Amino acid sequence: MKRPDLAQLTRFFTGDPQADRMVPPTGYTARLTLFSAAAMAFLAVFALALALATGRMAVRWGDELARTATLRISAPTDQIAAQTAAALRVLSQTPGVATARALGPDEQRALLAPWFGPDLPLEALPIPQLIEIVETRAGFDAQGLRLRLSAEVPGAVLDDHSRWRKPLVHAANSLRLLGGVAIVLIFGTMAAMITLAANAALAANAQVIAVLRLVGARDGYIAQAFVRRFTLRAISGAFVGSVLGGLAVALLPAAQDEGGFLTGLGFQGLGWLWLLVIPPLAGAVAFGATQFAARTTLKELP
Amino acid sequence: MIELENVAMSYGGGELLSDISLRLAPGSFHFLTGPSGAGKTTFLKLCYGALLPSAGQVQLFGTDLRQMGRDDIALARRKIGVVHQDVQFLDHLSVAENVALPLAVSGRDTLDQEVNLRELLGWVGLKARADALPPQLSGGERQRAALARAVIMSPEVILADEPTGNIDWEMSQRLLQLLVELNRMGKTIMVATHDLNLIRAAKGQVQARVLRISNRRLHLAGADL
Ligand SMILES: Nc1ncnc2c1ncn2[C@@H]1O[C@H](COP(=O)(O)OP(=O)(O)O)[C@@H](O)[C@H]1O
Ligand SMILES: [Mg+2]
Repeated sequence: MKRPDLAQLTRFFTGDPQADRMVPPTGYTARLTLFSAAAMAFLAVFALALALATGRMAVRWGDELARTATLRISAPTDQIAAQTAAALRVLSQTPGVATARALGPDEQRALLAPWFGPDLPLEALPIPQLIEIVETRAGFDAQGLRLRLSAEVPGAVLDDHSRWRKPLVHAANSLRLLGGVAIVLIFGTMAAMITLAANAALAANAQVIAVLRLVGARDGYIAQAFVRRFTLRAISGAFVGSVLGGLAVALLPAAQDEGGFLTGLGFQGLGWLWLLVIPPLAGAVAFGATQFAARTTLKELP
Repeated sequence: MIELENVAMSYGGGELLSDISLRLAPGSFHFLTGPSGAGKTTFLKLCYGALLPSAGQVQLFGTDLRQMGRDDIALARRKIGVVHQDVQFLDHLSVAENVALPLAVSGRDTLDQEVNLRELLGWVGLKARADALPPQLSGGERQRAALARAVIMSPEVILADEPTGNIDWEMSQRLLQLLVELNRMGKTIMVATHDLNLIRAAKGQVQARVLRISNRRLHLAGADL
């Protein structure tokens, strides 16, 4: 395909006022195209917001939580100290463990405070000792570590968070995929609608097309009169749709820790720039669809 | 410029035209006659590339029609002025704009041609109707507007299909007059008509050859009309 230069592109948008007048304006298909483009762009904003939010979620859960693990040592009180020391020794020798640190009594109390209140007599209770592990980027072999711990530190239980992290990351990735599929479907539907509208316009203007062809108009000239219209309509419709969709997303409740999953839907920072992609994308879809419809129709004419 | 060699044409059934050879010499004036349904319109369509022959060769300006793409045919049509049997216009544009249509679609600046256009409209007697819409024109006015549209690009050849089809005798005479004038200016003219009176009327004014389609073939008719 030949690469359109800037001048060509400018000419496409400023248009040839003469060529534009060749095809009589059609209020009906014009309004339908505008409406469809706006509606599809509105929906695309939400699909995009969903994809971006779930993408962020998957990264956060996958990234932050994967970096930490917890070792819990439950043993008779007199053995806790020895087993903790043994566990720390094992951890210090395990590749992939960046740091391992036994939590002090104050820290453990703070963790339990929400459930048992601040005045918990920690020393009097058989509370397991917690060791916080921070992994390196490469991570450690949890299975191997468990084997070694079971031999040397019988009271140790390793929780690498993967039990609850994996399904969440999986769910977030599925949602993101769903958002992507929705975007593809939305633009596919837009292409189908514009093809139908363009075919209707081409059929309604059969005589115009025949006359233009007979006086020596090239297919490209005739096609452009239609392509330009539908492209501009799709762009302006999609612009209105994305602005409304963006406003609707902005008015959703802001992300909160309590809501977490549900209220994170939206755009953050530079993510808003994605909205700018929708109108040109709609324009490109309309351009392709109308070009295809026009060329197919014109090929059948003498 | 337009050359047919052993051309045959069929629309799927039997052959409508067979073994037709013709070379249009520059500056010539031809009448094409034959009963209704003989294939006059079909013949003209072959001459401006609206149809491909089912056998034989058609050459437009030295190029085989089969070798020409859709854009090549569009370009060739700018050098062939056609007045169609069923004259069609863009009904939402004025007569003047319709006449200037070939200029517009070929990317020529119509403003440059403003004088040319006025002259042409005056020549076909439509100056007063320049701003009318085509549906408001009478049959004769439509035919003259179509002729003006056919010649605005200054084509070398003008093909007219029943240009006097449904207009009165006086108007036919006027139209014939215009075609004769074009021929005197050096244009090659081919007029399809079943109206023998029109051909007789032309005899005194122009050196015209009369071609007749009968029995699927093209015959050069004698002077015995
Ligand atoms: N597109 C077409 N498909 C099939 N048959 C056609 C077509 N155009 C013309 N014909 C037939 O070809 C014959 C000749 O038509 P035409 O060339 O219009 O004759 P004329 O102009 O001499 O009256 C007619 O019988 C007509 O029905
Ligand atoms: Mg005919």
